Amino acid sequence: MTNEKTTLSSPADEQRTPLLKRLTGANTLWIGLVLLVLVAVFGAIRPDAIFQVTTLQFLLAETAVLLVLSVGMTFVIITSGIDLSVGSVLVFASVSSAMAMNAVSGGDATNAGWGVIAFGLLVAVVSGAVWGLLNGLLISRAKIPPLIVTLGSFGAAQGAALLLNNGSNVSGIPDRLNRTFGSGTWFGIPNIVIVAAIVTALGALLLSTTRFGRYTYAVGSNEEAARRVGISVRGHLTKVYLLAGTLAGLAGFMGNAFFRVAVVTGHETDNLNAIAAVVLGGTSIFGGTGSVLGTVFGVFIPAVLEKGLVIIGVKEFWQPIAVAIVLVAAVWLDQTRRRARNQR
Amino acid sequence: MSEPILELRGINKSFGPVHVLHDIDLTVNPGEVTALVGDNGAGKSTLVKCIAGIHPTDSGEVLFEGQPTHIKGPRDAAELGIEVVYQDLALADNLDIVQNMFLGRERTKGGLLDETDMEQAARKTLASLSVRTVKSVRTQVSSLSGGQRQTVAIAKAVLWNSKVVLLDEPTAALGVAQTRQVLDLVRRLAEQGLGVVLISHNMNDVFEVADKIACLYLGRMAAVVGSKDVTHGQVVELITAGRSGDLGIARPEAATI
Ligand SMILES: Nc1ncnc2c1ncn2[C@@H]1O[C@H](COP(=O)(O)OP(=O)(O)OP(=O)(O)O)[C@@H](O)[C@H]1O
Ligand SMILES: [Mg+2]
Repeated sequence: MTNEKTTLSSPADEQRTPLLKRLTGANTLWIGLVLLVLVAVFGAIRPDAIFQVTTLQFLLAETAVLLVLSVGMTFVIITSGIDLSVGSVLVFASVSSAMAMNAVSGGDATNAGWGVIAFGLLVAVVSGAVWGLLNGLLISRAKIPPLIVTLGSFGAAQGAALLLNNGSNVSGIPDRLNRTFGSGTWFGIPNIVIVAAIVTALGALLLSTTRFGRYTYAVGSNEEAARRVGISVRGHLTKVYLLAGTLAGLAGFMGNAFFRVAVVTGHETDNLNAIAAVVLGGTSIFGGTGSVLGTVFGVFIPAVLEKGLVIIGVKEFWQPIAVAIVLVAAVWLDQTRRRARNQR
Repeated sequence: MSEPILELRGINKSFGPVHVLHDIDLTVNPGEVTALVGDNGAGKSTLVKCIAGIHPTDSGEVLFEGQPTHIKGPRDAAELGIEVVYQDLALADNLDIVQNMFLGRERTKGGLLDETDMEQAARKTLASLSVRTVKSVRTQVSSLSGGQRQTVAIAKAVLWNSKVVLLDEPTAALGVAQTRQVLDLVRRLAEQGLGVVLISHNMNDVFEVADKIACLYLGRMAAVVGSKDVTHGQVVELITAGRSGDLGIARPEAATI
């Protein structure tokens, strides 16, 4: 039954951009522009320094770990949740993975082979997943607010990591792991960045083209509506926190490969950096909207600011201030839009 | 008369100490519109949610096509072919029209969402409801007007080849023309052989489309009457007092929540 009088736009109109549109979401465009402008400005001031291969390589590699954390955080925040524990879970996974590799290599895994490395990866991912599952179950079954649950596991995972090795870093990361995965490159791109890019691409596809992604938006948008159509809200929330924990575990393993040591300090603010990246990228802290591509931009804005400010000779202490301004502006914009919408 | 498609026997439902539904019996016949009326708080929406599997019932039986069934959740209801338009609509604001219409029952191709297919089906359904005011089926629900949202909720329910459709005040926010369309749709669904339950406070609408009228009074089924056998006044009395002449519950003054 066709209706000539409807003003429903024709299929062609709407099919032209759906995938790109779904991948990007509404606010992603301008935040991408901000990133572009930043790169352009720094590039114009010191083209020699910023477009140096080593500068770019280092910037990318450093950001890769945070990017993986932020992909998980994107899912969590779209469900209108929060995960403060990702940095601690990363540390726990990194320490337990390094210790496990040492343990199966007679105390020092420096010369270990691929079997041991694979085992280390498994340990990292599984220990991250366990923390994520714990978060998810406490949030969805016990109905404790995510902020409190993950504040708890933020402390607990960090404490557990310190307990594991008496508070010191774990060395003995296999050379082979570092050489290939940590510091190796492929056509100039650090391998660790390629891994992060693959994780990000998979995350973007999961969010925008699968049921899992659709339910993530639905749960964050209107939990009751999701329940009414038979979506298991509890199950879905558990899976989302499980995903975030698993990615934090993977990030811990990537850190091991890159730094050649499992460090127990220096990740205290990873959670905040990931949240900032996600929110900068246009994901609403109130849930229901957001995109992985936006998060990618959000991860790189602080990183580019930091590198750029150093290169043009501004004290790097300005970097957090600059990020703060952009962050608050981003949320303010989101708020204004929501208010305008709710007043209709 | 054909066998009832949906039959409720002795449904009881309490929320904590509040006994909201008392021994509700109701039969829904295919090809008929059953109006469910009652004052605010009478328990109409609660009854619908019990049928839809959102609230578990405390006691009572549900028969679908003559077979006793246990509807434990919305998925069970949907599988039987029961669709519901909720009073509060329950749409996800951040999702667009297509995403809402297919929420929980997305079509996939090779594991990925088949957006084109869903979009076409959604457009077709909306066109069949003569929705002309929505610019694009990719509009976010949050930017629709109250009436448009209601239309989307209705379209969501009629998209599926269902056997029973429950509509909880589907015309509350609609304009004259849209109300007309929904009432026509209600009749059309019944003519196609579906069992339709319509909740409404508007007596004119009820008398226009309903074959029979079920009157809830303080959580009790006061009477189920043929719409041709009663007057407006009698139905209003049943709604407000639980009794009208020899119709209704014997001692409504003894009824409490
Ligand atoms: N989830 C709930 N928890 C506790 N009490 C509830 C719940 N849902 C409904 N009630 C109570 O059940 C009673 C019936 O409510 P219900 O929504 O079914 O009324 P209704 O007939 O649909 O009214 P209206 O015409 O206003 O929509 C009310 O007293 C209400 O307070
Ligand atoms: Mg109601």
